[in-house]
Amino acid sequence: MTTVETSAPPARRPRVPPIVRYLARRLAIAVGLLFGSTLIGFLLVQAVPGDPVAANLSDEALGDPAAVAAFEQRWGLDEPLPVQYLTYLRNLVQGDLGTSQHTGRPVVEDLLDHIPATLEIALPAILLSVLLGIGIGMFAALRHGRAADQAVRIGSLLGLSTPPFWLSLLALYLFFFVLGLSPGGGRLSPEFSPPPSVTGLYPVDALLAGDPMLAWDAVQHAALPVLVLTLVTTATLVRFVRSALLEVLRKDYITAAHAKGLPPRTVLFRHLLRAGLVQIMTMAGLTFASMLAGTVLIESVFAWPGLGNYAYTSASALDRPAILGVTLFVAATYILINLVVDLLYGLADPRIRLS
Amino acid sequence: MTATVLPRSGARTRRHRVWRQPVVVTALVVLAAWLAVAVLAGWLSPYDPLAQSADIYAPPSAAHPFGTDELGRDVLSRVLHGARLSIPLALAIVAGALLVGGLLGLVAGYLGRVADEIIMRVTDLVFAFPQIILAMAVTAAFGPSATNAVLALVIVSWPVYARVIRGAVLSIRGENYLSAARMLGVGPVTVLRRDVIPNSVGPAIVLATLELGNAVLLLAGLSFLGLGPRPPAPEWGAMVALGSNDISMWWVSVFPGLAILTVVLACNILGDAIRDRFDPNLVGGR
Repeated sequence: MTTVETSAPPARRPRVPPIVRYLARRLAIAVGLLFGSTLIGFLLVQAVPGDPVAANLSDEALGDPAAVAAFEQRWGLDEPLPVQYLTYLRNLVQGDLGTSQHTGRPVVEDLLDHIPATLEIALPAILLSVLLGIGIGMFAALRHGRAADQAVRIGSLLGLSTPPFWLSLLALYLFFFVLGLSPGGGRLSPEFSPPPSVTGLYPVDALLAGDPMLAWDAVQHAALPVLVLTLVTTATLVRFVRSALLEVLRKDYITAAHAKGLPPRTVLFRHLLRAGLVQIMTMAGLTFASMLAGTVLIESVFAWPGLGNYAYTSASALDRPAILGVTLFVAATYILINLVVDLLYGLADPRIRLS
Repeated sequence: MTATVLPRSGARTRRHRVWRQPVVVTALVVLAAWLAVAVLAGWLSPYDPLAQSADIYAPPSAAHPFGTDELGRDVLSRVLHGARLSIPLALAIVAGALLVGGLLGLVAGYLGRVADEIIMRVTDLVFAFPQIILAMAVTAAFGPSATNAVLALVIVSWPVYARVIRGAVLSIRGENYLSAARMLGVGPVTVLRRDVIPNSVGPAIVLATLELGNAVLLLAGLSFLGLGPRPPAPEWGAMVALGSNDISMWWVSVFPGLAILTVVLACNILGDAIRDRFDPNLVGGR
């Protein structure tokens, strides 16, 4: 995706700094993708076989002619398709993703309620995965082709091949049922009530409220989902770090650095990691985005009330407005994180910044 | 850290002996065994996979090596029959994605210009959605069934084939034999069929092998969410989901999960080996 503009601009054109052109291009692509994803969302609504009214309203509301008329009016269902799409876009811009059939609340409100819980497990998991991924990936790359490297390769393939929902069940069985080390599902034990919301992250909020017992309980509850999420994500990152570093290892300047007698440690940190770091950060950003999707298969097992669980309950109830809402939200997040990563990449890579 | 950072010269020759690595051989054997199970499931299974009995949640024993589930169904028989479901469905997903993505990639790469621009923008768009989420939305829209799950997974997985085939076509587009064929007055369809396709299909086949494991995993994920083949079909992902009703009955989900894990791991090890052997440039994948 990242095109490096190498050709110098013709002399007569007003000189736009390459970095500005790069940033503008990335921004345009992101806006295009956001727009396109709404089109896909709209097409999916249209693709529903049968009556969109029946597919989007609860049985209760269907019996009520006023509710049906209101729904048709809201989405412009008696208008031609292009007009319907514009209505859909207008509603979307106003933050209207429809009403969930099973909660009866606006999908946007539901989403906002579920985001902090997902962040509570996704943030520690991405942090741990990046540290582990760089550590293990580097370890393997420096022992390329040897037994340790093979072991890491097989281990990371094992992580990639394990169904995350199954791993979650196993973890719960082992740590909750057999060992009794985990307090089980949910975000808190029944005897606790949520701390006053500041960040939405229970352990942080509990500490802010001066309640270390509550914070400890929240941490214990988050431990297992974080563990599973970390294992799955680390596997992807290890593979990536390993191949990115192997790529750099082949470069002439690494050989040159060794040849001029630099200590291995200096080569490692000054040259190797620095060159690989930009790529690794890119990958970490993308992994964080895909983690939001990964939670779909994990949260439900731990009764963790995050986005993934919301997606799961919506899917099993065939709650179409809710599913589409989650889909669009995750896609938009994915696109935006992609954009941020691209922008940082542009700022960090001197070939783009200065060319 | 005392390790030398210089690339080791032994690495290259070692790569070509990939087929003799015990790990790869084991993966081949495991896959062959699962294929055999898929064919012979009816004959190997001790019970009817759908037959319920009063013997519910029986732990593994001589009569039921993998135990029974909440309806008293034999888990072993269901796992064996699951191969008959998961493996052909995964093959159908890969074949469908290869066909759709391959055709679009071919058109984009060969025609170029507007067609290329449109197809590649759509590819980027589908890439903007995490696979499992988009597949979930598609199956939920069309209604859950085995067919719709396959359809949804084809829709989310074709773009990667389109990119690879397009790249392959672009790399041979300037070749003299294509210009020669065109100058001889050979029609575009014939050029595509006789010259372009045979010369660009290699990378796509490698990719298809790599993606087979992913297809099994995604299908199991959809089924786990209740969006796969309808119950009581013995689908592995759905069987794991049954185990979450009572986690103390570990055998209900452990065995179908192991089935998924072994098939996917074998596919991934093989795919990795094939990639190393034939296409060192594909390192890292997506």
